[in-house]
Amino acid sequence: MRELVRRPLFWPTLALLLLITLNTVVTPSFLSVRIQDGHLYGSLIDILRNGAPVLLVALGMTLVIATRGIDLSVGAVAAISGAVACVYIAGSDRPAAASTALVAIAIAVVCGLLLGLWNGFLVSVIGIQPIIATLVLMTAGRGLAMLITDGQITTVVNPAFKVLGAGFVATLPVAILIALAVFAVTAVLARRTALGMLIESVGINPEASRLAGIHARTITWTVYVFGAFCAGVAGLMIASNTSAADANNAGLWIELDAILAVVIGGTSLAGGKFSLLGTLIGAMFIQTLATTIPTIGIPAEANYLFKAIVVIAVCLLQSPKARAALRSRRPVRTVKADAA
Amino acid sequence: MSSSSSAVASTTWPDRLRGYSPPRRYLPVIATAALLIGMFGAGSLRYQGFADPQVVLNLFVDNAFLLVLGVGMTFVILTGGIDLSVGSVVALSTMIAASTLEAGWPAVAAVIAVLVSGTVLGTLMGLVIHYFDVQPFIASLAVMFLARGLCYLISVESIPIRDASFTSFAQGSVPLPGGYRVTPSVLVAVVVFAVGAWILHMTRFGRTVYAVGGSESSAHLMGLRVALIKVGVYTISGLCSALAGLLFALYTLSGYSLHAVGMELDAIAAVVIGGTLLTGGRGMVVGTMFGVLLLGTIQTFISFDGTLSSWWTKISIGALLLIFVVIQRLLTRRQA
Repeated sequence: MRELVRRPLFWPTLALLLLITLNTVVTPSFLSVRIQDGHLYGSLIDILRNGAPVLLVALGMTLVIATRGIDLSVGAVAAISGAVACVYIAGSDRPAAASTALVAIAIAVVCGLLLGLWNGFLVSVIGIQPIIATLVLMTAGRGLAMLITDGQITTVVNPAFKVLGAGFVATLPVAILIALAVFAVTAVLARRTALGMLIESVGINPEASRLAGIHARTITWTVYVFGAFCAGVAGLMIASNTSAADANNAGLWIELDAILAVVIGGTSLAGGKFSLLGTLIGAMFIQTLATTIPTIGIPAEANYLFKAIVVIAVCLLQSPKARAALRSRRPVRTVKADAA
Repeated sequence: MSSSSSAVASTTWPDRLRGYSPPRRYLPVIATAALLIGMFGAGSLRYQGFADPQVVLNLFVDNAFLLVLGVGMTFVILTGGIDLSVGSVVALSTMIAASTLEAGWPAVAAVIAVLVSGTVLGTLMGLVIHYFDVQPFIASLAVMFLARGLCYLISVESIPIRDASFTSFAQGSVPLPGGYRVTPSVLVAVVVFAVGAWILHMTRFGRTVYAVGGSESSAHLMGLRVALIKVGVYTISGLCSALAGLLFALYTLSGYSLHAVGMELDAIAAVVIGGTLLTGGRGMVVGTMFGVLLLGTIQTFISFDGTLSSWWTKISIGALLLIFVVIQRLLTRRQA
């Protein structure tokens, strides 16, 4: 039992299970998944589908945070990417054609990559603190998105584009399939190659890892590009789900949700170690929480309050000082130095 | 005056001028002030009526709350921290003010309730940051969520403020010589600014803020009261946010959960543009004032132009922020 409690993923998993149990008690139909018109329907599927953008952004954020960075601009990048795609589709000759949607998606993804290059450039080449370097794009990005959409909410009617956020393939939502695919690729790259270790070493000490022969600058640059790529795809999902690009509200606060998911998943903000599976659980926890709150009769907007409580609880659990204070009340035990 | 002495003067004066360089620590503030003056000059050349002193005063009127926020944020950033909660605390303050007034509290009690709640939130945040080693970024993020959540618990709707003393204060005006006028809020902001500058530059507390920002461990080894300072700056920031919330409530005469979304970024931008180093230890409150005025000037520029859309404000603030952090980076790199 003690071994189990010590596992890093124990607490987040337990919290998620508790939340699901609570939901099942309040709404007995919560766990039921039914097939309708060849699609899977149910609360769980909704959570998966709506949680896909946060999960994607959180995946990118995990790697950024593992290098001891942070990317505040993901919400703005999501808004820009959605804006670019929608404006392209709305302005093309054949706004309903599948080929138009593909080109739009490609352009939006390239935009995301470029924005990631920009963030990475500021952080790794110029050497600005990540929080500020990305704050620049966070501030200016929504303005840019407004510039692209000309201040309007651009709506599009394109069946192929709609699939990305609201479609189903083999009874499962496309959005979650994409998110899981990115998750799988990232997990394989990070854990089956040396990449994950290199990222962690940069997070622990960029200078030392550079002296050890690691291209610390390239690694840092790459994680920001990856982060922006994920944000761009998430932005496409949001735009596709609503069939509209809303420069002001698309992906609003998603950076905070993503950071929250990463932190809940046990990745330390101090960098140097990360858990992709933890992030997956964290993202699902946040989305389940967002679903739970209205179900148990509290206004949906109040979920900020619950998120705050979760953040504080997680931080205190992670804080070595708080742990030491807890430990000192118990019978004598050797105090282990915290790895972080 | 004889020709020889004037010749001597003419050779030494430019030399002395050329040889003079202001102390390094003033350079960022001077740069911001120069940019502000340059921008204002460009505006007055381009647009009719831009150079009117009332336009300058309106910068204060429209940004009084931001100035108050910026003063608090300057303290936090000088210690090397950051406070993301200020925008939410502003919103919470407007909500508390509006709801308590609606419940029939006297204006003074409502003001006290707002100031106390903001200060308590700030103190709690400081305690968590200092005693549990939680990063300022994440602790203030939690308080940000907390304050927004509390807003929604109070009410999801916007609450108007109809209290007589609040409205008369909001609509009051302070005449200045020359027929110009400002709102009473500006006076509050200027007093906060003066007190902030006094604390930071003239008191032991202020000197210790710089010491902690320069190097926390050195400050600790010197026997300075690091705990007091670190908790203190977040308390000050909380108090300033609450006060700014009151000014914002006066400005809009309403309480609403969605007020001041993203205002923390404006406050951080103003502080950074004002030349305060994000790594802590260097900067001045007066720079923050220039930063706030610069942001205000951008908005005035855009509203005077009429053809530029309001989203250019965000883009230009981002661009300015970028320019200033790059300059900061180059300056600190040269010294390192």
